[in-house]
Amino acid sequence: MSEEITPEIFNHLVTLAALELDEKQAAYLRRELNQQLKAIHELEAIPLDADLKVTTHGVSYNLANSPALREDTWLPHPNPDEILAQAPQVDEQYIIVPDIPHEKLD
Amino acid sequence: MELCDRSAHKLLELLRSKQVSAEEIVRSSLQRIAAVDGRPGSLESGEETEKDRQSVHAFISVAAEQALDQAKSIDRQLAKGEPVGLLAGIPFSAKDVFCVKDTYTTAASKILANFKAPYTSTAVERLQKQGAIMLGKVNLDEFTYGSSNESTAFQPCPRNPWDTSRVPGGSSGGSTASVAAGEVPLSLGTDTAGSIRQPAAFCGVVGVKPTYGRVSRYGIIAFASSLDCPGPIARDITDAALMLQAIAGADPRDSTAANVPVPDYLATLEQGVKGKRIGLSPDYFQISYMDAESGEIHQKPVQEDIRAAVYHAAEVLQRMGAEIIEDVPMPNTRYGIPAFFVISRVEAASNLHRYDGVKYGYRTPSAEDDLRVMYRKTRNEAFGLQPKLRILMGMYVSAAQYSEQYYNRALKVRALLRRDFDQIFDPLGKYRLDALLTPTTPTTAFPIGAIYGDSVLMQYADQFTVTANHAGIPGISLPGGIAADGLPVGVQLLGPDYSEHTLLQMGRSLEIGTQDEAWRSQRPALTLRW
Repeated sequence: MSEEITPEIFNHLVTLAALELDEKQAAYLRRELNQQLKAIHELEAIPLDADLKVTTHGVSYNLANSPALREDTWLPHPNPDEILAQAPQVDEQYIIVPDIPHEKLD
Repeated sequence: MELCDRSAHKLLELLRSKQVSAEEIVRSSLQRIAAVDGRPGSLESGEETEKDRQSVHAFISVAAEQALDQAKSIDRQLAKGEPVGLLAGIPFSAKDVFCVKDTYTTAASKILANFKAPYTSTAVERLQKQGAIMLGKVNLDEFTYGSSNESTAFQPCPRNPWDTSRVPGGSSGGSTASVAAGEVPLSLGTDTAGSIRQPAAFCGVVGVKPTYGRVSRYGIIAFASSLDCPGPIARDITDAALMLQAIAGADPRDSTAANVPVPDYLATLEQGVKGKRIGLSPDYFQISYMDAESGEIHQKPVQEDIRAAVYHAAEVLQRMGAEIIEDVPMPNTRYGIPAFFVISRVEAASNLHRYDGVKYGYRTPSAEDDLRVMYRKTRNEAFGLQPKLRILMGMYVSAAQYSEQYYNRALKVRALLRRDFDQIFDPLGKYRLDALLTPTTPTTAFPIGAIYGDSVLMQYADQFTVTANHAGIPGISLPGGIAADGLPVGVQLLGPDYSEHTLLQMGRSLEIGTQDEAWRSQRPALTLRW
C-alpha cells in the first residue's frame, strides 16, 4: 500500500492537534510520519481470524484480579489553593483564559 | 569499595549492625553525584563542554538537604531501637514522571518544567513508607518518548557510565545511569516498550518490568496507559526483589492495579532453577526492521556477542538444573513494533491533549485574545519534536476513516502476541515453559547522535522488549556479560502473568552461576576514574 500523509492531510492534523509548526519542524515531522506509516503497513499482511477479538490490555481483568470499585463519594481536597496555584493565570478561585471564540453552528 | 557502590541489601546489613549510619550512606551517594554527574539537565543548557561529555547527567534535581534530614531521622529511630521499614536508609532516584508532592515533576518537557506535584505517586509513597530516601529526580526522554534519552528538553542528556560517548538507553536512562554510576543503589523507572529493560541492558544493571497492574500507576505521568508499567532498577536481583516487594500490590487509587496477593519475593529467591523449563526462540535472535528508503523489511541477526551471552546464560542455568527447550516458535514477535507504533501513539495523543496552558504547566508568554491561538502557541513552544510526532500519528491512525485499518487491527495483533506467550506458558501445552530467555536488545549501547532523529530505527531498539508490554507479562533484564566493545550485554527472562518471583529466582541463579566469571568484576569506566 502506498498511502501517504500528504501536505494537506498533515496540515489538517496539525490544526486538529492544536499545534503550530515552522517549516523545518513540519518537514521533519511529515517525513517521519510517512516512515512510520510504512512500518505500520506491515500489519496489513498479517492474516487475522474473523473471530479474533481486540485486546485492550495484555492481561485480562476478571473477578480474580480486578479490584473492587471505590464508593462514589465526594471528598474535599485538603488544599484546593495548592492545585489552583499551578494554573498560569487565576483570579481568586477562577482560572483565567483568553476569550473563547464562539461560532454559530449550522 | 565506597559505600555508594554497595548493593542495597549489603547497606541494610551494615546499617542494622550499626557499622554505618544512614547519614553516611546518603553522604556517600551525594559525593558520588557531585563527582560524576556534572551539571544537571536544564532548559537553558548552553554550549556543551568537554566536561559535559565526560559526565553522567542523570539528575534533573537533587534534594540533598531533605535526604540528609530523612537519613538523620532514620538514624535516630535506629539508635532508639524503633522499628524501621524494609528499605530504611537506602537512597533511590525516581524517573521524573513520578509525582512527588511539592517537588518539580517535569517529564523532561518544557511544558511541565514549572509543575510542582500536589500529591505523591503510589510507588514513591510506598518506598518512602519503607524508609527509602529519595535523593532526586532523574532525566528521561521527553514524556518517555525515546530509547536513548537524547530527546529530553533538559540538556545535557544522560550519558552511559561505561562509555560517556554512548547513550544510556531509554526512556529510563537517567535511572539506569544513576544506578550504574554508583549514585544510588535503586531507582524507579517505567516501561512502556522496554524503557526499563533496554537501558538496564545498556548500563549493565537489573531492570524489572512487572506484570501490567502489579505496580500501581497512580501519580505517574502517562505515556500509553494500557502499556505503562512502573518497576525497579537495581544493581542486583536481590535489590530488585526488595524494591518490588515494597512497591507491588493493589491500590484503591488505580483501578488497573491488580487485586492479586504479593508473594514474598525474598523468601523464594534462593530456591534455584532445578526442574524449571526455560525456552529459547529463534525469533528473538534476529531483528526485522524496515529500510527507511525502500520500505522493504530486512532481517538481521543480533550482535554475535549478545547471542553468545544468551546461550551462555542458558548453559549456566542448565548446569544449575534447568531444562532448556530450544526452537520455541514466537511467530508474531516481529509485529510488536508496528503494532506499538499504532497503539502507543493513539494513547499518547489522548494523554497529551490535557497540556493546554490552562490548568498547570507552561503557557505562552505572548498576550493572546483567542483561546485557540493560546493553545497552539503554548503547545508549539513547549512540546519537543517527539511529543508532536506522537500526537500527530495518534490522531491520524485513530481517525474515523482509518481506525479499523490501523487501530483495531493493531489491537488484534496484540491479541496474537499475547497468544504466542499463552501457548508457550500453557502448563498443559507443548512447551510448558516457566520462562523464555532472550537477548534484551539487538545491540549494545549505541553512540550518542548515531540514531537520534530516525524515529523508526530508534523504535526497533525495543523489538525484543515491546512484546511483553503488548502481552502484559513480566520481564527482567539482567547483566549477561561484557561485549567486545567493552559495553554491557543484557539477557532477558519473560514469564507468565504475576510470575515475577520465578523470574527473580532464575535471575538470582544466573548471578550465582556466573559470580566467578571475569566480566562480573568489571565496573563502569567512569566509576573507576573517580
